Amino acid sequence: MARDGGVSCLRSSETMRVGIGGMESPPLDLDEVHVLAVDDSLVDRIVIERLLRITSCKVTAVDSGWRALEFLGLDNERASAELNRLKVDLIITDYCMPGMTGYELLKKIKESSSFRQVPVVIMSSENVLTRIDRCLEEGAEDFLLKPVKLADVKRLRSSLTRDVKLSNANKRKLPEDSVPVNTSLPPPPSPFTISPDSSDSSPPLTISPESSDSSPPLTISPESSDSSPPLSPVEIFSSPLSSLLDDEDDDVLPSSPESSPAPEESPVRRQKMGSPGLD
Amino acid sequence: MELVQMQKSLQDYTKSLFLDGVLDSQFLQLQQLQDESNPDFVSQVVTLFFQDSDRILNDLSLSLDQQVVDFKKVDPHVHQLKGSSSSIGAQRVKNACVVFRSFCEQQNVEGCHRCLQQVKQEYYLVKNRLETLFKLEQQIVASGGMIPAMELGF
Repeated sequence: MARDGGVSCLRSSETMRVGIGGMESPPLDLDEVHVLAVDDSLVDRIVIERLLRITSCKVTAVDSGWRALEFLGLDNERASAELNRLKVDLIITDYCMPGMTGYELLKKIKESSSFRQVPVVIMSSENVLTRIDRCLEEGAEDFLLKPVKLADVKRLRSSLTRDVKLSNANKRKLPEDSVPVNTSLPPPPSPFTISPDSSDSSPPLTISPESSDSSPPLTISPESSDSSPPLSPVEIFSSPLSSLLDDEDDDVLPSSPESSPAPEESPVRRQKMGSPGLD
Repeated sequence: MELVQMQKSLQDYTKSLFLDGVLDSQFLQLQQLQDESNPDFVSQVVTLFFQDSDRILNDLSLSLDQQVVDFKKVDPHVHQLKGSSSSIGAQRVKNACVVFRSFCEQQNVEGCHRCLQQVKQEYYLVKNRLETLFKLEQQIVASGGMIPAMELGF
């Protein structure tokens, strides 16, 4: 599958190397969303790539932070003229990677003048609050718990379309919609609200808990040694538009944490300005 | 066997995998990513998972057979297997990896050996079951039928 060692492809990769090495490729549709996905696991790379493509994103998938930097042209001091035409609308990266972690990659991206505006989303199989906080403080837009679901990516996508359209029209992004979701928090000052994930609880898929062995019920529990309660992944951008689009998320399964009914398990937006302690 | 019977068999078989906890909802997520443009997506990803896992299990066996076990080598392998099994919905493999990792943390060689056996057992189980599932699907498609969508709420 991975032909040149770094870039995975389960299909023809016409989107690879967009903007690098001259612009032989046709000009990109400005409304197209181009995502750079970074994950050292081939299985995860294929899955995230498919998730993104099924939500109409162009995807470039690489297997390490170094390759990501290489793709972005950040791996050396030399500024490249072509890079101004490299359009990356979102970078989504795994946290735990050998060599350069997703956090380190995040930092490098935020340090770069060309790409610091690009939203960076971190994915991790481990629900570690300190990790989540650290990433958000460093400028990550969102933190997704693995395994990533279609609903997660749809949410990302709908927010991005809005941002990309605006930035193309007005050369600026929407202000960050940092609105908490936790119902115990006071109402946010922003006009936007995040719809509770009840909108995602479409007709429940009741897979009965495994009878045979001690496998836990079908929720994502923090299997790491951290004893934090099974928090749902943070919500991304809030907007009435997103909440409207959530109605289409009838593929979200209630076994995923974001649609679990218990209030303490509802998604919590970890704001950069410092959210209340959750543990 | 009649097409309808085959489709029913497939549904029952798939259902049993969920009820036994061999698969979890993530497998359904993968199925949702399969369509006419990507009709073999699930089996492709699962095949990659098998290839990956075979390699990892081999490496793990080698690492644990060393005179002095290097847990710094063992743990990342288990972490990787945990991740990929989680991504395809191989729940019992994933859970076995979780236990495995805790023994790695404790640097408990004996415990790790037992865990490796457990992981292998679960892995061969899910591999076997999924291969059977794909065969059933192939038979249906070969007979000109459609793969029935997973019934909800069983």
